[in-house]
Amino acid sequence: MSDETQDGSHETRAELKKSDAVELEVVEVREGAFGVHGTGDTSGFGGLRRPVVMPGAATPPYGGWFDEVAERLTAGEGLADAIEKVVVHRGEITFFIRREVLRQAAQHLRDDAGLRFELLSGVSGVHYPGDTGRELHAVYHLLSMTHNRRIRLEVTCPEEDPQVPSVMGVYPTADWHERETWDMFGIRFEGHTHLTRILMPDDWPGHPQRKDYPLGGIDVEFKGGFIPAPDNRRSYS
Amino acid sequence: MGLEEKLPSGVLLSTVEGLAGYFRKASFWPATFGLACCAIEMMTFGAPRYDSGRFGMEVFRPSPRQADLMIVAGRVSQKMAPVLRQIYDQMPGPKWVLAMGVCASSGGMFNNYAIVQGVDHVVPVDMYLPGCPPRPEMLIDAIFKLRESIQNTQLGADRLAEIREEEQAVLAALPTSAQAGLMR
Amino acid sequence: MSADPYADTSESTSGQVFNVTGGDWDTISTDSLEGDRLVINMGPQHPSTHGVLRLILEIDGETVHDARAGIGYLHTGIEKNMEFRTWTQGVTFCTRMDYVAPFSNEAAYVGAVERLLGIEDQITERAQVIRVLMLELNRISSHLVAIATGGMEIGALTVMTCGFRDREEILKAFELITGLRMNHAYFRPGGVSQDLPDGTVGHLRDLVALLKKRLPEYAALCNANPIFKGRLKQVGRLDLAGVLALGITGPILRSTGLDWDLRVKQPYWGYDTYDFDVITRDEPDAYGRFMIRQLEMWESLRIVEQCIDRLESTQGQPVMIADRKIAWPAQLSVGSDGQGNSPEHIAHIMGESMEALIHHFKLVTEGFRVPAGQAYFAIESPKGEIACHAVSDGGTRPFRAHFRDPSFVNLQGVSAMSEGGMLSDVIVAVASIDPVMGGVDR
Repeated sequence: MSDETQDGSHETRAELKKSDAVELEVVEVREGAFGVHGTGDTSGFGGLRRPVVMPGAATPPYGGWFDEVAERLTAGEGLADAIEKVVVHRGEITFFIRREVLRQAAQHLRDDAGLRFELLSGVSGVHYPGDTGRELHAVYHLLSMTHNRRIRLEVTCPEEDPQVPSVMGVYPTADWHERETWDMFGIRFEGHTHLTRILMPDDWPGHPQRKDYPLGGIDVEFKGGFIPAPDNRRSYS
Repeated sequence: MGLEEKLPSGVLLSTVEGLAGYFRKASFWPATFGLACCAIEMMTFGAPRYDSGRFGMEVFRPSPRQADLMIVAGRVSQKMAPVLRQIYDQMPGPKWVLAMGVCASSGGMFNNYAIVQGVDHVVPVDMYLPGCPPRPEMLIDAIFKLRESIQNTQLGADRLAEIREEEQAVLAALPTSAQAGLMR
Repeated sequence: MSADPYADTSESTSGQVFNVTGGDWDTISTDSLEGDRLVINMGPQHPSTHGVLRLILEIDGETVHDARAGIGYLHTGIEKNMEFRTWTQGVTFCTRMDYVAPFSNEAAYVGAVERLLGIEDQITERAQVIRVLMLELNRISSHLVAIATGGMEIGALTVMTCGFRDREEILKAFELITGLRMNHAYFRPGGVSQDLPDGTVGHLRDLVALLKKRLPEYAALCNANPIFKGRLKQVGRLDLAGVLALGITGPILRSTGLDWDLRVKQPYWGYDTYDFDVITRDEPDAYGRFMIRQLEMWESLRIVEQCIDRLESTQGQPVMIADRKIAWPAQLSVGSDGQGNSPEHIAHIMGESMEALIHHFKLVTEGFRVPAGQAYFAIESPKGEIACHAVSDGGTRPFRAHFRDPSFVNLQGVSAMSEGGMLSDVIVAVASIDPVMGGVDR
């Protein structure tokens, strides 16, 4: 597919459906079937163990304009080994970027004429407690209005050292997004000028949307009994 | 909150109670305390189709100091709770609170870290209005029920006795979870 | 300074802080203040801030030098709550984010779930038409609220009453179709929760005719009104470079002249088969945004009319995906005791088929599993690009669902739009952004 395609991301989606997974990306192991563990499990499914596998890394060619973006991205100054891996899934491309070079990569993605990702749609955090050594992920969605393309950047950091460089200098819109991700996940964005809580009160302890932070609901009282809060109910796992 | 509170209990006080209730119930001045979805329905309540002007309460007061009814319309977050209390404290008495919607009444579906599980943790509530969000008709109904209770509000010595009585009743009541029998 | 009952003071790192409670202004010392700059807190409870928005303004006389927005007063933890419910139940939560445009929230979410499931091309035509119809009606009702509240904030109360009067007519249609006036939870992964009830098409045609009569009233009231123009023109200006840097989308982006509309640029659910125009204007100010909203309502009406025609031609076709592993097993109907599962379905699962009962039970209590991965689905909401970033770990519940809400992003522009202007123009700037705090704080 050529550069001129104005609607690249959509025309190629059908042909990009397949995931070129070569290695398994296990982030967690699911046990049992009803969320009950130990002797409380009378379901007979207690021995069930299934790995949670995220879509694995793809190998080039990725198809369509994906290859061109990948090539131009690594052609940037100091970005030759910026990409840890590339995942193509459901017609969307994800570049895992080494966190040291995130800022340079963002700058290059914005300024290079063949890339031109003018708009940072958003920053979102995801917490994978089972993904040891890279528990916290910061996910950036970029949009190129010039070429009508969307890509996703993903940066990982361990819980002990939750630091990711800020892209606020490149995309001023990242200001609030990064503050929200700090507030909810505790990822520190180095270089952000005023990384303070944004949604929770200033003196709030903890980062509520991490997986190890409880939902915080209370038991609901009914006539004749209680129903536990949603995070304490028995549920399918 | 004036002379009427100092009257001795008796025929005079009951007469004043009746008169005060009659005037108070017909001159609600709601404070604009719109928070979430319910606030839109509260605005609809003031807009043409439901027209709160029919009940003499179309003027929503931006300043709490000029309001006597606080319609808590929406979910109250932990961050908003101190603000809510401050607004309530700024309202002159006599004042009433209407918890509009399940979130304000009990936390509703948002049983989590961010939401106060019922605004009655922060301010005393006179009327709970269920619904998510309640229709404007339901808000009209709640306000009329509140008016009825205001008509029967007691003052001074009678009110103190009533408060003591209510407190005893609440202390003696069974918790909901310990009650049995059919839903009522 | 001695203790003052009206204005007690405290020391902070940035100087003396006065806690003014009213009264004796003479006793307040101004020695420690530089110039005439005052820091004023506006909100979070203020009639003109579209809900619980807090603005911290540094003003010199009437001129705003610094404007900061404080948000989070409506943070509801919806994203976290969704992680403890099934994929289908997630719709019920996310519809309550931006409560003025609930269908947009649902659309972004079900779109992301459908992409993760890989069933995007299996959504039936009728379901897509109904979705587009609801989204466009919702666009009109959202713009009506934007214009109504914006008018109210500058003192044009008639605009407010007109806006809510006409929105009420649209809500009647929503109620007819979904059963609810707001917070519908009508879109489901795989389709919509139920087909249109009898008589909907006629009702919608009447609605379109009525709106065609009513919409010109806004133009007559506002467009050439000298006070309205005086308050809106050249207020809250933000050019294309600023808009892109701040990530702002929607009417604010189109007021700079760029015709960026995801319905056209990255069409979803058959938007490319509808005939409508993208409204742009070369007036990047509050008046331009007001005009764009007004004209977009007309374009939405055009789409609604085309939807109604297609509804007639797809009458009787399914509104839910054919895949029984995903499709919600029951259809709703209205009975004597309210809305519930249809009697035919109850009779089938309770009296005829054990397998159907098991299937119903499994799908309703456990839900379907979504293959592991992540998806980002963006649509054009009335306020801009709303998108859902959904992550699945292969379970029956979302691992993470994050919403990129346009109000959240657009609200960042309030500083750039109002600094250097007058205090009263801050209100106009905020109104022209049209933030809904439920979407901002989620």
